[in-house]
Amino acid sequence: MNQTAGKGKKDILKRQATPYVYLLPTVVLMFILLVIPILMVIRYSFYDNVIINKNPVFVGLQNYKAVLSDPNFLVAIRNTLFFVIVSIIAHLIIGMVFALVLNTRYLGDKTKGIFRVIYALPWMFTASVIAILWRMMLNPNGVINYLITSMNLVNDNISFLASRDIALKAVTLINIWSGYPFYMISILAGLQGISTDLYEASALDGANAVQTYFRITVPQLKPILISLLMLDFVWTLQQFALIWMTTGGGPVNATETISTYIYKQGFTKYQYSMASTGAVILLIVCTIIGIFYVRQQRSGD
Amino acid sequence: MKKKTVMKKVLSIGLASAMVLSLAACGSEKKEDEKKQEGDSSGVTLEFQQWWGVELPDGALQKICDDFTKDTGIQIELLSNPYADTKTQIAAGAAAGTMADVVGLDGAWVYDFAKQGSISNLTELMKEDGYDDSQLSDQIKYEGNTYMIPVVNFAYPLYVNMDILEKAGVSEIPATWSEFLAALDKIKNNTDAAGFSIPLSTEAPNGIQNQFMTWLWASGGSMLKDGAPNLEGNKDLAKVVDFVKEMKDKGYIADGAEAMKEQDMVNEFENGRLAFMVDGISHLTLIKEESPDLNFDYAKMPVMDGYEGESGMDVANWGIGIAENCENKKEAMQFVEYLMSPEVNAELAQLANAFPGNANANPDYSQNDELFKKAFEIFQSGYATNEFTGLPTSEDLMRSFNEQLVLYLDGDTASVDEMLGAAQKAWEPAFE
Repeated sequence: MNQTAGKGKKDILKRQATPYVYLLPTVVLMFILLVIPILMVIRYSFYDNVIINKNPVFVGLQNYKAVLSDPNFLVAIRNTLFFVIVSIIAHLIIGMVFALVLNTRYLGDKTKGIFRVIYALPWMFTASVIAILWRMMLNPNGVINYLITSMNLVNDNISFLASRDIALKAVTLINIWSGYPFYMISILAGLQGISTDLYEASALDGANAVQTYFRITVPQLKPILISLLMLDFVWTLQQFALIWMTTGGGPVNATETISTYIYKQGFTKYQYSMASTGAVILLIVCTIIGIFYVRQQRSGD
Repeated sequence: MKKKTVMKKVLSIGLASAMVLSLAACGSEKKEDEKKQEGDSSGVTLEFQQWWGVELPDGALQKICDDFTKDTGIQIELLSNPYADTKTQIAAGAAAGTMADVVGLDGAWVYDFAKQGSISNLTELMKEDGYDDSQLSDQIKYEGNTYMIPVVNFAYPLYVNMDILEKAGVSEIPATWSEFLAALDKIKNNTDAAGFSIPLSTEAPNGIQNQFMTWLWASGGSMLKDGAPNLEGNKDLAKVVDFVKEMKDKGYIADGAEAMKEQDMVNEFENGRLAFMVDGISHLTLIKEESPDLNFDYAKMPVMDGYEGESGMDVANWGIGIAENCENKKEAMQFVEYLMSPEVNAELAQLANAFPGNANANPDYSQNDELFKKAFEIFQSGYATNEFTGLPTSEDLMRSFNEQLVLYLDGDTASVDEMLGAAQKAWEPAFE
């Protein structure tokens, strides 16, 4: 009797443990690659200069005070907000327009195929290629200046990336160019998933194109659009490579964003605590957006 | 047992086994190291991390190291990567205490690594070995002790596009600032080319060192006083700032300087759109390969009107240091001494198109380019200098100076005194 009961218990134990054993490799990896580094960075942000200093001292929130009162960090926040908000709005509009164009029934399948590839191209390039390409195009001796001066739009060559008034707008433009295809492809997939019944019904009800768009297309795409906006917000917030390779945060601090600020603190000032503090602030913002994203996904399910 | 406890148990077993595995790996590594130490130095393997192997002709560095192994039995394992990768890897190694035994260093990194305690005090090691350091042309120090020895030096002379000068009607290469400005004026009026270029991108702010401060050093000036920043009230430096502002205001400087990197400047020069630039001799081969028809020459930096003293020439170097975590420091020092010995040092300098770090080395440059020989003559007529070498967070110093300079050039700062005062204020915290 006792033996069978023991055996039964063992079986249950085995059965219950099985899924966790399968999960184990992932959990261990996530722990080593994700949890530990994040915890280390959070810990660093509460100490005075770590790594350089062999015996760092706990300083509480002092680093946060220092970072949040650093005028350069405030400029970085302002620039980041401009960069992120303009980027995602433009991404959404351009992505939507191109997706609608590519989804129209007035174009042949071949034409659509060709344009789909062309419009998606910017997304295929890595940040370094995009940076080199645009640096060359926006150069005072580059092709864009050649075009606008030969069309008599301006008299003198414009130093797009070297002027403090234009640099941030130029970098944002590059980011818009490189990011819209992701929206376009996702929205296109969404459009193709909308049942034609809905459109037929609205046509029978006498809805015009604008009404159909706002009453059928947009509500049907809403879950996709919200996910896109949230993901893009987090990605653009962390955009580093593109800005670093085009302007390095300059001239002076005209294109300094939170990510370039963190990099400079860490790798040229060797102030790893300050860099960690900046990173934690960014992490908090991203986490909040992340929570909304997960909730939205769940309610969608 | 509840589900939760089961999960906890499984997790803890998993973690424990992972730890045991990693510890076992550490243990076996240690044993090997011990084995090496028991024997004589012939069993020792030293890791040598640097970017030189990439820039030297294929296999050249390996051959030099193989000769060392033949003589001493000490194995050298080369870890060669491009400069930027090497920098990140060494910085990461410094933070984690896993630096390669012998490392190639840039003077700009020395202060920070020495302060962190991640590179060894070479003064002590040289003393232990009884090495005569008077043969070394330079040593980079931190708090009075040497932490880096420059193996070879790369000078930064003035590159001149002779075709543009001829087209502009400039018959002689300018030797003073006023002659230089006059030449730039002719170039602006008679050609499409830009006169001079200062790359001021904040991504790589070394334009401040190589294309800006070089004017100061060439006229015998200094940005430091007793190792501390001397920017505010520095009359020579103020003259250089205003000289550059005059070039900028008169439109002599290539457009888009604030977003330009050194490589962009070199491209402009290669394409014949730039008359003068200050650049490393290390680019000589590249420029000759990419623009075989370019008619250019080397010249001495023009000096302040009336200056008759010796000129300092900006240099960058390939330095060498030993990691503090190196377990075979004696052998590592032996390797450093080998690289610094007159014959090997001369060979390295000849291969790298550079000048030797050993004062007694006599490189045979007969195989090198004629222009290179000319640069060597210019180099020998003055003295090598680079005041950023060995300074704390030197890249950041360049960057903050860059920001103040751009503000002044753009007219946002009222006077040069105010600009230098702001730069002084930005520099001082690093020296505390």
